[in-house]
Amino acid sequence: MTAVTTTDPVLTRPPRWGRVRQVATRPASVLAAGVVLALLVLAALGADLLRPDTGGVALDEVLAPPSLAHPFGTDEIGRDVLALSLRAMRVSFAISLLAAVVALLIGVTVGVLAGTLGGWVDGALMRMVDFLGSQNHFLFAILLVVLFRPALGAAAAVCLSVALSHWLVLARIVRGELLSLRERPFVAAAVGGGATRVRLVVRHFLPHLAPAIAVAMVLLLPHAIFHESALSFLGLGLPPHQASLGNLIAAGQRSLLAGAWWISLFPGLLILAACVAFGTLGEYWRDRHQPRWRGELEL
Amino acid sequence: MADPTPGAAPARRPASAARIIVRRLAALPFVLLAVAGLTFLLVAISPYDPNSAYTGITGSISEQTRQEINAAWGLDGSTAEQFGQWLGNVAQGDLGHSRLLGGQPVLDEIASRALLSIVLVMIALALVLVGGLVLGVLAAAFRDSPLDWLVRTLSYYGTAAPSFWVGLLLLSVFSLQLGWLPSGGSTDVRSADSGFVDPAHLILPAVTLAITQQSWFTLYVRNTVLEVLRDDHVRFAEASGVRRMAVLTRHALPNALIPFITLTGSHLSELIGGAVLAETIFGWPGLGRLTVEAALAVDIPLLVGITLVGSVLVVLGNLVADLLYRVADPRIREGLT
Repeated sequence: MTAVTTTDPVLTRPPRWGRVRQVATRPASVLAAGVVLALLVLAALGADLLRPDTGGVALDEVLAPPSLAHPFGTDEIGRDVLALSLRAMRVSFAISLLAAVVALLIGVTVGVLAGTLGGWVDGALMRMVDFLGSQNHFLFAILLVVLFRPALGAAAAVCLSVALSHWLVLARIVRGELLSLRERPFVAAAVGGGATRVRLVVRHFLPHLAPAIAVAMVLLLPHAIFHESALSFLGLGLPPHQASLGNLIAAGQRSLLAGAWWISLFPGLLILAACVAFGTLGEYWRDRHQPRWRGELEL
Repeated sequence: MADPTPGAAPARRPASAARIIVRRLAALPFVLLAVAGLTFLLVAISPYDPNSAYTGITGSISEQTRQEINAAWGLDGSTAEQFGQWLGNVAQGDLGHSRLLGGQPVLDEIASRALLSIVLVMIALALVLVGGLVLGVLAAAFRDSPLDWLVRTLSYYGTAAPSFWVGLLLLSVFSLQLGWLPSGGSTDVRSADSGFVDPAHLILPAVTLAITQQSWFTLYVRNTVLEVLRDDHVRFAEASGVRRMAVLTRHALPNALIPFITLTGSHLSELIGGAVLAETIFGWPGLGRLTVEAALAVDIPLLVGITLVGSVLVVLGNLVADLLYRVADPRIREGLT
């Protein structure tokens, strides 16, 4: 949850049932997105409990269509696609979350530097952000993965490449917010009270930026999930033994000719569900707390 | 688009087409320099070693042979010297030789593949334009009807659905299950007189690529048309008895065309990324597929070359968008805004 401003009428109401009402009065689509997301995360975390094993190699069950025993069917060596999907979803979520956190760190650092130092530092950093924004971030991500996979390993290289191609929005938002924060009276008061630049950033700026950063994070996650799975789909991401949803879809492509549509279909549906859920929640929080970011924070 | 009120001087002199071209082309060397600098920096700080990558031998050659190869390839200088040397080569159109393609000059291979990608992107853009206009106008005209709901829902899910997965679904349904369309390549290799591009082979990759860009444009058209329909000039047209269809096509549509051009310019680099995925799924032998082949084979000169050419294409695409913008928006042409 993002921090809520004190002027929020729901929060200033007496607490009894307040929380429940606050949740229950949200639009149905937001509630549905929350439920879907909770289910997906629980399923990913509890993969080992839900489907304890992938069935191993079962040559009598090769490419079996969806059935009660195997709701998502089986793959070309007879493994249960549901079990594979849940584990792959866990990998996808973990990598995407980590990539989003790294992107956040880079973006906030650049944004804070540009917004507080101003002058030529600001000019140079923002020129760089604009230049990178005009370039194709997917080609850039591919180059990064290829260059750094041997040294960092696949998972870290994918994280780095997704993070380095997605921090621009965060830097822009943080800088924009800082420019307006700087003019507020409390900053003058803090400076008058002898606050250093570092103290200003840590005690005064970052707490104000927290809601913006939280919303940006949630809206970044669908992009991270998409880019991670796209890289894995192309064979440039995670190795098959750490399969993410992208790997599964690629594996399904090989079985398409044999008529096995289910191996690609279900992992893709999971990506779609996760991206729609994150997007719906993120946009709802954005519109509720900070409607003026509409232009900058798009799914 | 009201007539300029008499006496109101244009705020700015209209930028002539020639000036737009000169300004964009003048920026091109700087963009290229920045991209070249960035990619070189990345390669320099990465553990990638051209020597072992090209000789294919690590540890099994003597240190002396290694250094001789380094000296012969100019790898013994400082990073700055190497950058200068490479930049000089790039300026002369020498992007190095591809390892993947048996020592072919990188630029030749890129040039031979680029046209296929440009064709694909153009067709996809045409599909986005037509599809977005039709769906967006229909959704706006029948606002809050089931049709409107369907268009909005599909657009919303369209942004979230991974494009490569949508491509696979299309492939599975239309080519494997129904057998209506070919599943890969740019021409039918079995027919001797197959031309440059067979339209049937173009449909699935182009549709896949178009779907990635369809949603935002459809929604944009819908919103623009809804806004325009509330405008005074449209109300006047309706009041004077112009039929609804004519109102939509004559008064609402031209207003929706302008954002298409602006936004296409800014989405152009995304289209190139989308083309990488669409071309890979359908085996379309364009730049996108070459990118993946180069990446899988760790062919750095080819990959860097594609990145540079991609930047040039984006700059040129923006130039075309700027020029078209002048054609579509009389306010820009007359220098009114």
